[in-house]
Amino acid sequence: MLLTKLKMKQSEFLKTVMPFKDKVFRVAKRLLVSTEEAEDATQELLFKLWRNKEKLKDYKSIEAFAMTMTKNYCFDRLKSKQASNLKLVHSNYKENNTSLDRQVELNDSVSKVHELIENLPEQQKLIIQLRDIEEYEFDEIAKMLNLKPTAIRVTLSRARKTIREQLLKQHKYGIS
Amino acid sequence: MELANIEKLLEKYENAETTIAEEKELKNYFSNGNVAPHLEEYQVMFGYFSTSKNERYTKTIQLNSQKKSWKWLSVAASVILLVSVYNGYENIQQRKAERVYAETIGALELLSTNLNKGNVAIAQLQRFEDTTNKIFKQPKK
Repeated sequence: MLLTKLKMKQSEFLKTVMPFKDKVFRVAKRLLVSTEEAEDATQELLFKLWRNKEKLKDYKSIEAFAMTMTKNYCFDRLKSKQASNLKLVHSNYKENNTSLDRQVELNDSVSKVHELIENLPEQQKLIIQLRDIEEYEFDEIAKMLNLKPTAIRVTLSRARKTIREQLLKQHKYGIS
Repeated sequence: MELANIEKLLEKYENAETTIAEEKELKNYFSNGNVAPHLEEYQVMFGYFSTSKNERYTKTIQLNSQKKSWKWLSVAASVILLVSVYNGYENIQQRKAERVYAETIGALELLSTNLNKGNVAIAQLQRFEDTTNKIFKQPKK
């Protein structure tokens, strides 16, 4: 009896989470870079949501709340990574490991864009992801990041311009 | 869509002034094969945005975390530790009590053997008195 009730609750929860779990994953991957870490982060975040399921009713948009959580979680992860030298060395090592297939990939111009976004500052990265890939409205993003829509526009414009300039540069380089 | 219009949208796009609908128009335009040559660098970018959206989280979502069971395991472990420490303590106490008991028994035995020695001596003394009494019988008054 109790168990079936729990199962019911679980499936209900999964139904509310389904529409945006991929978004959580993609945003986490944009910020944390590695797929594995992004998967761990997604699992952790969904589990956190599940544990706080009673509180979720108080939020207007669970999805926006989940995005805010994702952002905070990833920024925390990045901070703690920077704080511990050991991890940093480890991640550098990982980078070197994948650099070979990355180099191969680089011939593919689509991953050039990926690289360009990766080199942006965290906030710009995040906003590009939320707007250009996840296609959220400005006031939605503003709520998620607790910023003013105008601030988001400014950051986004800066990011878009950087990407285009870099692409243009590489494009010209390729021709000459 | 007209090229002039696209160029105008691109300018708005760079200033972050386009709406979602307008950005979708741009994505549509650049997903077509016929892109004006001077706009080619945009094609890669919008193409990347569209393909990135297709990435999925494929792992199953676990709502019964392993972490929780770890927590329970540690609780169980600490209970066991506590019980065993208590048991060990009891054991030591028991052994101590046994040792004290054995020592007491030993001391009592020592006491009793010495007492017995004394008894023998007293018995000899008694015999001595008896015999002296026999020999030097005291006349009764």
